[in-house]
Amino acid sequence: MNSELFRLAAPQAFFPVAGKMLPWFSFLAGALALAGLYVAFFVAPTDATQGEAYRIIFIHVPAAWMSMFIYVMMAGWAGFGLAMNTRLSGMMSSALAPTGAMFTFIALWTGALWGKPTWGTYWAWDARMTSELVLLFLYLGFIALKGAIQDPARADRAGAILALVGVVNVPIIYFSVQWWNTLHQGASVSLTRAPSMAAVMLLGMLLMALAAWMYSIAVALARLRRIILERERDAEWAKLQRSTA
Amino acid sequence: MKPRHQRMVAIGAGVALIAIAAALVLNAFQGNVVFFFSPSQIAAREAPQDKTFRVGGMVEKGSLKRQADGLTVTFIVTDTAKSIPVTYTGILPDLFKEGKGVVAQGKLGPDGAFHASEVLAKHDENYMPPEAAHALSKAEAEKAAKSVTGGAR
Repeated sequence: MNSELFRLAAPQAFFPVAGKMLPWFSFLAGALALAGLYVAFFVAPTDATQGEAYRIIFIHVPAAWMSMFIYVMMAGWAGFGLAMNTRLSGMMSSALAPTGAMFTFIALWTGALWGKPTWGTYWAWDARMTSELVLLFLYLGFIALKGAIQDPARADRAGAILALVGVVNVPIIYFSVQWWNTLHQGASVSLTRAPSMAAVMLLGMLLMALAAWMYSIAVALARLRRIILERERDAEWAKLQRSTA
Repeated sequence: MKPRHQRMVAIGAGVALIAIAAALVLNAFQGNVVFFFSPSQIAAREAPQDKTFRVGGMVEKGSLKRQADGLTVTFIVTDTAKSIPVTYTGILPDLFKEGKGVVAQGKLGPDGAFHASEVLAKHDENYMPPEAAHALSKAEAEKAAKSVTGGAR
């Protein structure tokens, strides 16, 4: 078991495994998104106070969850690589970063579009929104820093330190609505108590959240395969791989 | 200890140190991170006296009054313990309602009223279809009616 895991830590060994997993996660992402969007637009009722504008939650909430979770995963892989000197970990963190940045942007953007009709403003400098914006800058900084360093091993180390420093921001985003008076409302769904949301609405949101998970895994795997090929371009197996592909 | 275990400990300690530093900084910023002050905080003179700040709370039921010019409104913001009158000239957001959350930005006037330059609606975390909301308010009204008759007896 353990030796099998160690074997998979080699980029050459993980490359075909990632290729095999890719279609499954892509299919699940598509199927769950279709089901989620159907529930979101045709099954879920109109909200009592917000009207139709509330339907933003079906994309906004999953995107915001993913933006935080992907950051934790990215920092985790980066830190693991820093400690263990495993090459694949650094590639994994690089593969996750653009998807995380995209979800952060979606969360901010949809939130702004929702904020105008409901709150009366696109943007306010409250703790939730400001810390989420900082998260976007952390992702962009991570991508830029790694891109600016030529040597992959040094790029991974530098990126890992930035990612690990930034990880303190994630609990700040999550708990900001509890710690301070914010314009943003509190969490409707949490692990510690019953959700304050009608069941059908919750179902649609969870389906979309699962779709976002599957999408993230699929896209990260696809990107990881590109990164592996790029970094191993001088190895015989990678040359062979490219000539057949 | 193997080198990789040493590095793991170093990384763990580093992250812990940064977390502690962040906690201390945020604690020191506590007052500045606050997006709005509650009416109780204003009554306790915790809000800035002659600077712009925000007040947040519930719009008291039955307190919303429109002035003759059709644009100026007055209402009372309450946190159930204390309350403060607010005047505002402009368009209110769609979700602005009596009994719902509100955040107003402006200054405290010499008359003790809050003169707002911007009013935002603060939404709560409850999502439900209109029928459920209707049933909920009906149940609440019945409960209130019961307690009134119970008190009269």
